[in-house]
Amino acid sequence: MKRVINYFNSLLLIELLKGMALTWRYLFSPKYTMRYPMEHIPKSNRFRGLHALRRYANGEERCIACKLCEAVCPALAITIDSAPRESDGQRRTTRYDIDLFKCIFCGFCEESCPVDSIVETHVHEYHFEHRGENVLTKPKLLAIGDRFEAEIAAARAQDAAYR
Amino acid sequence: MLDQLLHQVGLPILYILCIVLPLVIAVAMFVYWERKVIGWMHVRMGPNKIGPLGLLQAFADVVKLLLKEVILPTKANRALYYLAPLLALIPALAAWAVIPFSAKMVLSNANAGLLYLLAMTSLGVYGIILAGWASNSRYALLGAMRSAAQVISYELAMGLCLVCVLVLAGSLNLTDIVNAQAGGKGIFSWFMWPLLPALVIYFISGVAETNRSPFDMAEGESEIVAGFHVEYSGSAFALFFLAEYANMILVSFLAPILFMGGWLSPFPESWGLIGQGGFPWLFAKAFAFAFLFLWFRATFPRYRYDQIMRLGWKVFIPIAIVWVLVAGCMKYYGIAGV
Repeated sequence: MKRVINYFNSLLLIELLKGMALTWRYLFSPKYTMRYPMEHIPKSNRFRGLHALRRYANGEERCIACKLCEAVCPALAITIDSAPRESDGQRRTTRYDIDLFKCIFCGFCEESCPVDSIVETHVHEYHFEHRGENVLTKPKLLAIGDRFEAEIAAARAQDAAYR
Repeated sequence: MLDQLLHQVGLPILYILCIVLPLVIAVAMFVYWERKVIGWMHVRMGPNKIGPLGLLQAFADVVKLLLKEVILPTKANRALYYLAPLLALIPALAAWAVIPFSAKMVLSNANAGLLYLLAMTSLGVYGIILAGWASNSRYALLGAMRSAAQVISYELAMGLCLVCVLVLAGSLNLTDIVNAQAGGKGIFSWFMWPLLPALVIYFISGVAETNRSPFDMAEGESEIVAGFHVEYSGSAFALFFLAEYANMILVSFLAPILFMGGWLSPFPESWGLIGQGGFPWLFAKAFAFAFLFLWFRATFPRYRYDQIMRLGWKVFIPIAIVWVLVAGCMKYYGIAGV
C-alpha cells in the first residue's frame, strides 16, 4: 500500500509542486541584499578597523612608548623607536609604524595599551595607491586619530562599562 | 517586374524581420527577467545597476559578448566549429515561421505546420552535437553526447503528445488547431482539459529538449563545466545563447497554441475587450509558461543522467502512448475534439 501511495505521489509530482510553492513564497519575501555603497550595515562600537593614535584634550599625545603593543602584536606589524623628547625630556616615540599588510586587526594592541593611545577605528574603507603606503607612520596615525576623535571617544564611552 | 519582385521578396523579408527582431529583443528581456526572478527566489535582488531597474543589463551583456574574441581551440575542426552555432540558431529562428500569433498574423500558414515544427526543433540538436565534436574538448564532447541522447529520448514523448493534439484537432495546421479549440464551451473547449497529462508531459519534455534546468545535463556546470559550448566565446557563444532562449520562448508559445487555445480569450465574447481573442492573450499565456522555465530553474536541482533516461523512457513515453489511445477514444465517442 505504501509503495502504491509513493508511486502516485511521485507520478503526480507532489513533492516537486511543494518545492515550487516554497520558491514562490520566497519570490515575494523581502530581500537580504545590502546595496553596499548606498547602504551600510550597522557597525558594532567594538568594530576593529583602521588604526589611530589618540591625543589628550590638551593636545598632548597619549602614547608613552611603553612598547606593550609592539610586544603583544601577534603579526609583528608594529615597530616602535623611542627617545627622550627634546623639549622636556619625556619618554616618547620617535617612530611608530604599523604595517597594514601584516596587521590581522586582532585588537590586541588596543587592549594592551595602558593609556588608550593606539585604537582601532570604525574606518574600513581605505586603499593604497603607491608602494609603501601600507605602512602607517606616526604622523599619519595621529592625523587619523585627530580626524575621528569624536567617533573613537563615543565608541569607547559606549563600551566603558564592559572594559 | 520590380513591383512583383518587391511583393514576392521584399514583403516576406519584412515579415521575417517583424518576427525575428522582436524575438531577439524578447530574448534579451527574457534573460534579464530570468536573472531577476531567480534572484528574487534566492532572496536577492538580481541585476539592478544598468539602466532603470537594471533593464539594460542584457544589452550590456550582448555588447560585451560581441566585442570579445572568438577563440578557436587547437586542432578544432575549423569549419564545423564556426558552423555549429549557426546550425543551432537557424532552426530556432526558422521554427517561428509557422507560429500563428493571432487569427490572421502568421508568416506561413503551412498545412504541415506541426511536422515542420518537429523537424526544426529536432534539427537544433545537430548544432549542439557538432559544437561538442568540433571543439576538440572532452567536456564539450561529453556534453554533446548527453544532449543528443536526452533530446532524442524526449522527442518521442513530445511527439506522442503532439499526436494527441493532432487526433483531437484533426489537422496539422497550427491555425486550425487553435480554431478547433474555439468551441462553444469557452475555456473548457481548450485541449488542456482532455489532454492534461499530455500538456504536462509536453512542457516537461520541452524543458528537457531545450536543455534547461533541471534537465541541463548538456551544460552541467558542476560536472562538465559548460558542456557543448565550453570552448566557445564571444559572438559564437552569444549565438548559442540566443538559440537556447529562442527555443525556450518557442516552447512557451507552442504550449498555449496546442493546448490552451492560442490567441483565444478565456472569457466569453460578450465581455467586451477582454473577451476578444488576439496576440495579447497568446503573449500572456506564453509569458506564464516562460515563467515556469525560470521557476523550475530556481527550484530544482539537476537530475542525474540515469534518472533523466528513466523519466523519459519509462514514465513519459508509456503515459503518452496511453493518452494517445484515450484521446482516440474521446474523439471516437465525441467527448472531446472536433
